Amino acid sequence: MTEPLIQVDGVDKAYRFFRLSNVALRLEAGQILGFVGPNGAGKSTTIRILMGMVQPDGGSVRVLGRILPGEQAAAKQDIGFVSEDMHLYGSETLDWHMRFVASIYPAWDAGYAQTLLRRFNLQPAQRVKALSHGERVKAALLLVLARRPRLLLLDEPTTGLDPVARHEILAELMDVVRDERRGILFSSHNTQDVEQISDHITFIDRGRIIDSSDKETFLDRWRRLSLEVPAGTAIPALPGAVETTSSGRLAVVTTKAYSPEIEEACVRAGLTIREVQRMTLEEIFVANVMSQREAREAGEAAR
Amino acid sequence: MYLQIIEQIRRRIAVGDWPPGHELPSIRALAAAVQVSVITVKRAYLELERDGVIVTRQGKGSFVAEHADLGRQLRLAELDQHLDAAVGIGRALGMSDAEVAARLDAAFKARDEKES
Repeated sequence: MTEPLIQVDGVDKAYRFFRLSNVALRLEAGQILGFVGPNGAGKSTTIRILMGMVQPDGGSVRVLGRILPGEQAAAKQDIGFVSEDMHLYGSETLDWHMRFVASIYPAWDAGYAQTLLRRFNLQPAQRVKALSHGERVKAALLLVLARRPRLLLLDEPTTGLDPVARHEILAELMDVVRDERRGILFSSHNTQDVEQISDHITFIDRGRIIDSSDKETFLDRWRRLSLEVPAGTAIPALPGAVETTSSGRLAVVTTKAYSPEIEEACVRAGLTIREVQRMTLEEIFVANVMSQREAREAGEAAR
Repeated sequence: MYLQIIEQIRRRIAVGDWPPGHELPSIRALAAAVQVSVITVKRAYLELERDGVIVTRQGKGSFVAEHADLGRQLRLAELDQHLDAAVGIGRALGMSDAEVAARLDAAFKARDEKES
């Protein structure tokens, strides 16, 4: 097993109105990590810590085997970072930017850059300020991809893009991980993109990691059971149940630890199972956030 | 999502596009081609292997299994899946095994009448 591309443990960072607490993150080589959270959850701050742009108050940060922020210069040679507030020069052309990046990074692959221009349908002679939002994101991604960095850190790369541009970008990201030594962390609140291309998913909310697992495990263990509860019977305590809503004789139980035994327990208790549904990542994400917020608030109220 | 990939591969084999012994794309190549995560394609290959549809040789790749009659076997497996689903619905409705079987009989009769 090769060394993880990202290995973060116990990272804290306090701001006046926001705090990251005990953040742990791991990205194995050859994988795509989907970093999912609501707006303001701490995704961008975490990514900035991975770039050595923000110094954490405590905890350990290793990226590409380098300890940050001390060895950030060495690590950055092999990291490609794209965020929403990319610093491109509006009055310069895309071609100017390509020559600029090529002059800094010896690994710049001019042939691949040309291929990307075609695939992304970009005009090198166009000035950055004349580009649409989608074109600007693709331009920033091109400038990073053509360096062929081992690690890509992408902050909301598909937010606000039309379906065609999203498709072009996801295709390019999947192409990157044909190489088992490379990896991608991308943050998003678009769970559809994350569900499609991520191998591993980490949820963050209010500065805390609330869940982390490989994608298949997530999709397998979260289920929604629609039950018919005859008068005089009660729903038994079911493993991993995070939410139960009832209306009349019908109840819906959401569990994060599904197994066939749960169905057996329902039948033994005298309930009729009408349906067992898989959940989309979006549904899992919302249920996860809501249930953990409730648990936390209940815990705080009890103190 | 892995179920869709399994379905696509089974179909290609069933229609003869991928004959026995045919080499499947590598997991990473297929993942890039269909733009679905590597872990999902990996899971699809593992399940197909478990069902005997493909065989994986260490370091060589994955191949369509050398069954004489794979098309029929796949169709039979599909039939079993549907029957299993029917049994599941019957149980969920609180029906006895005999009641579920009676409905299957009724389906045979309905088909016979339609075709006669």
